[in-house]
Amino acid sequence: MKFFKHLLSPKYSYELIGKLMPWLGWIAAFTMLYGLVDGLFIVPPDYQQGDGFRIIYIHVPCAFLSLMIYAVMAIAALLGLVWRIKLADFAVIAGAPVGAMATLIALVTGSLWGKPMWGTWWVWDARLTSELILLFIYIAIMGLSTGLANQSQQSRLRNIFVLVGSLNLPIIHYSVYWWNTLHQGSTLSVTGPSHIALVMLRPLLAMIIGLGCLFALIGLMRLRNLILWESRKSQWVRLWVATNKNNNKKEVL
Amino acid sequence: MHTLRKRRLIWIMVMLVLVGLAAALALYALRQNIDLFFVPKQIVAGEAPKNHPIRVGGWVEKGSVHHSNNSLQVSFVITDHASNLSVIYNGILPDLFREGQAVVVEGQLNPQNVLVATQVLAKHDENYTPPQIK
Repeated sequence: MKFFKHLLSPKYSYELIGKLMPWLGWIAAFTMLYGLVDGLFIVPPDYQQGDGFRIIYIHVPCAFLSLMIYAVMAIAALLGLVWRIKLADFAVIAGAPVGAMATLIALVTGSLWGKPMWGTWWVWDARLTSELILLFIYIAIMGLSTGLANQSQQSRLRNIFVLVGSLNLPIIHYSVYWWNTLHQGSTLSVTGPSHIALVMLRPLLAMIIGLGCLFALIGLMRLRNLILWESRKSQWVRLWVATNKNNNKKEVL
Repeated sequence: MHTLRKRRLIWIMVMLVLVGLAAALALYALRQNIDLFFVPKQIVAGEAPKNHPIRVGGWVEKGSVHHSNNSLQVSFVITDHASNLSVIYNGILPDLFREGQAVVVEGQLNPQNVLVATQVLAKHDENYTPPQIK
């Protein structure tokens, strides 16, 4: 319990995120470099879709992460609502544009993939429509993150909205099983065997880890800025600025 | 846990369950509208509207595809392994179209219960594998 209290202090969380950032950056760089080179150039083409299937290495990680990021935001929203943790409110604000970006990339790459394989850019089936709704939900959360006069009331409203929106997550995931859709079922499975050859799976997992670290990095950088702005008048920020004044030029990143 | 926090948590859970229930009922009521296509069985049973654009999904029956010699006209049969439906189409087929492939066809039923298609979409499965393993 004491550790958590410590973790929630703005100063400590700011420093902890600072220490995590280079790790996330390097893991993202290496796994994505491997994933892209192996996935786009080395892995054999698909028996059915030929080289066109390679867009999977962007599409599936972004689609998966668009749901993961929302799940993390929903947990943060719950913590913010029940325990009134300011850091959790900030995590929701920081995550929304990152999740919107993942959703948008998933929708655009899916559309580009759909035209040559299905024969259409877009179809209003349950999977595509529910993912589009997810994008709108993310944008609405971003809209609920612009500063209004009463911050705590706005945070409460935003967190409730995030939790209600989380009902869309199971709908997106199970849409291809509950209704008949043009989109096929899940290729990856945690519980059973995946429906993809091992050589093709390896770079896909690497891209999921890599893009996951990249999105986490971007979200945490935003979170760190929010913490810094919130604490701008406190003692530790003043001290931090004073001690870093001389080598600020090096410390910009 | 604090009484206040416990109360908040219970309040949130009740709210989520109620909203979830409302959403589930709405989606259940709308299930026929959310489905992207009819299957041939439903067409044969007369569940699909006539003189109205519909989508039908199924597999292209093996040996049923006939191309016209002097136009893009193509005819084939789609099946759900329970019922069959004849389709005629004048246009460009997607690359993945072949016998045995799942397709979604958009068009209107004519009086002979043949689907006059305006668009043919290929539906592929979730399996990815190099050609030599297949």
